[in-house]
Amino acid sequence: MPALHHPLVDPTSKSRGKPVTTDPILIATGVAKHYGAVAALRDASLSVLPGEVHALMGANGAGKSTLVKILTGAVRPSAGSIRIRGREHTVRSPAEARRAGLVSVYQEPSLIPDLDVLANLRLTDTPVEPFRAFVEELGVPDLDLSETARDIPLAVLRVLDLARALAIEPDVLLLDEMTAALPANLAERVLDVVKRQSRSGRSVIFISHRFIEIQALCDRATILRDGETVGVVDIVPRIEERIVELMLGAKVEKTRIRAAATTGASPIAAGPARLAVRHLQVGTKLNDVSFDLANGEVAGVVALEGQGQDELFAVLSGSIRPSGGEVLVDGARVAFAHPADAIQAGIAYVPGDRSEALLGHRSVRENIALPFSARLRNWGPIDMRREQQTVLKAIERLQIDTRAQREVQRLSGGNQQKVTIARWVAAGARTILCFDPTRGIDVGTKRQIYQLMRELAGQGHSVLYYTSELEEVQLVCDRAIVIFGGRVVDVLPVALADEAALTRAAYGLPRDAAPAGVLAGTQDGAAAP
Amino acid sequence: MSNSLTADAPVPFGRRLRRLMSDRPLIPLILLLVLLVVVLQILRPGIVNERWIANTIKFAIPLAILAGCQTMAMLTGGIDLSVSTSATMAAFIMATQVVNHDPSVAIAIALVPPVLIGLANGIGIGVFRVHPLIMTLGTSLIGSGFLQVYQRTVIATGTSVPPGLAWLGTGLTYGVPNALLLFVPVAGFILFLLNRTGFGRLLYAVGDNERAARLAGVAYWQVITALYVLSGLLSGIAGLLYVGLIKAPSLSLADPLMLPSVAAAVIGGTSIFGGRGGYTGTIVGALILTVLTTLLTILQMPEGARRILFGLIVLLVTAAYLRIIEDR
Repeated sequence: MPALHHPLVDPTSKSRGKPVTTDPILIATGVAKHYGAVAALRDASLSVLPGEVHALMGANGAGKSTLVKILTGAVRPSAGSIRIRGREHTVRSPAEARRAGLVSVYQEPSLIPDLDVLANLRLTDTPVEPFRAFVEELGVPDLDLSETARDIPLAVLRVLDLARALAIEPDVLLLDEMTAALPANLAERVLDVVKRQSRSGRSVIFISHRFIEIQALCDRATILRDGETVGVVDIVPRIEERIVELMLGAKVEKTRIRAAATTGASPIAAGPARLAVRHLQVGTKLNDVSFDLANGEVAGVVALEGQGQDELFAVLSGSIRPSGGEVLVDGARVAFAHPADAIQAGIAYVPGDRSEALLGHRSVRENIALPFSARLRNWGPIDMRREQQTVLKAIERLQIDTRAQREVQRLSGGNQQKVTIARWVAAGARTILCFDPTRGIDVGTKRQIYQLMRELAGQGHSVLYYTSELEEVQLVCDRAIVIFGGRVVDVLPVALADEAALTRAAYGLPRDAAPAGVLAGTQDGAAAP
Repeated sequence: MSNSLTADAPVPFGRRLRRLMSDRPLIPLILLLVLLVVVLQILRPGIVNERWIANTIKFAIPLAILAGCQTMAMLTGGIDLSVSTSATMAAFIMATQVVNHDPSVAIAIALVPPVLIGLANGIGIGVFRVHPLIMTLGTSLIGSGFLQVYQRTVIATGTSVPPGLAWLGTGLTYGVPNALLLFVPVAGFILFLLNRTGFGRLLYAVGDNERAARLAGVAYWQVITALYVLSGLLSGIAGLLYVGLIKAPSLSLADPLMLPSVAAAVIGGTSIFGGRGGYTGTIVGALILTVLTTLLTILQMPEGARRILFGLIVLLVTAAYLRIIEDR
């Protein structure tokens, strides 16, 4: 591997890499952005030192995304100034931001799907050799540069985005929820590489909801609330409480992140399973998958990236047809040819990517009411008053912030996700398939979603809940179904489904080989139903 | 927790004006319409009178109906290039059939081909996923080809326009165009359809995010097929009205309305990419185009220069309008 920026020989890498000179490389002051009557950002400031990893934090709707868009030139601010290395920074496009020394990696992959990797690099004038070196360093050893981006799995695409950004050698690197869609092993590599970058004098703005990462990686954090910067803190051990306080402002109840969902196990009704999957087969992606989902149960699905969970949810939601096996709803065999068939059977799908489920330009109301109009017999006049009532009830139940309700795309991510769930709560779907519903969402909204899942289960609804954040399993689920290589490798009762056990299972390791202490004292009984 | 209101700070006038316009996109359109009429009055004092207004409305109505078809198609992210052919077919077939049949029978016969064209469009686009531009262009060519073949079989019959349609197309009652008797219900129907029915919601949904609509259980092909059949039917009706106005059935009767029907919808604020827009804007758009045509005609410019100016104005108006209503 070519020694490019070998961090270990870099003289500044001794301590945590804070150089002596403390002139900030990037200063943003008084940044504001208004959309019509709505202020997405009122008075945000941010100051990043050279060689620093700086966390940008805030609850949903605090204005993080807007600030990022302004920094990278995707949106123009209504007020305020941004200076990079003392020079006024007025960018109108990501390309201009890049010339000013700021490169960002967004939440969504940015390679053009129909071009191969090499062509994508040429498009952005990225030097190939450094790129290749970074890709290897990030844990993807044998990348074929002639592969079309469309055929590359999501997790790898994110790594490529990062490698591309690194190869450009920016002064300031902006990482927006970089690790959100990554399996644990890749996420670790990413964090390592970012850390080494900062030691070689590069600044990083790091946006993440994961405290563990912030703690491991960042030097300081800027916290936004309601469109304003409310605090800048040094990251020291046990700073989490302080940050949560700042993010939530006055409303801090002394809750720790997990308090909410432990409302006790719901009564799981006897009788035929709400949803039964038998020997399901989807090409080479899913192999002989069988499990039951009872009435009133939240079953967690745990898997590393690309182990067949996407296909499982696609089959159950009627988006693709299985190549073998069967699905039973209330004991009766079903075959879905279209999502409408699944909905008819009371099965609703909440995709991980909110933009897949929402009509961005339409109102909250229309988004929630959409499934009602879908059926041919409801094509006629709409009973506006009844619709209004149903929608209001759902909005209230999920506590959706509707101040920007004319266009759903103007809501914050967490509120958008609530709208996609509210739709099915309003439609009365008995079974809800949630695919990573809390990805990129703030702590408060997450808690509300956990609570909602438990409530739904308490009312006899069934939820199949895939999550990439393992600690959620014990907060939400009654049971964890672990999938590895397209097979169900383990089913853990909730008491045993801690992060360590789930991680081992997700990597396909047998349960009895768990390290002493993790399962100490528990009878490793037959958990499979 | 989310975005917060800024009702407190005083807002500059320019910003308030823009906000008003982005909240009520019809206002700038109506202002433009008034402006054009004023310019016309200045260039040719006295031209704007009751008769001129009635005439303008008469000519705008067939265009507005065709542009309604276009609006609905564009809301789904499509386009219907066969509206003029459908209109011409209905008009020509009616004019030849009425020689031997009762007008109502002739009209019924005449509306069949437009509906069939719409059905073909709907199935092609909704089921076989042909791009709307290609599909409707294809059916439009096929339709006009059939019309030429048909013309040979009726060459001896001759044509006529029933007095009822002529009355509807050109007549005035107390100075008000009779065509409004047809247009008001049609426009009311389209507006109600778009704003207050499940089908209307689905047109917007499919155009905004087809995948999301699918996940919500919407069957794309059903929506699309119904849409293009309706579009064919309305085009046919517009054609019948238009021949009542022009009174000279020909094989290229409604062709001049094709591109203006797209332009009226676009000027009216309907996005060609789907999901955004509505019919009220389209109606004003049709009026603007009609007044603009008059304006360019009285300038006594050569046809070529007139077209250049027409194109430029359409581009300018659309660009300016989008800028005003989108307040970024």
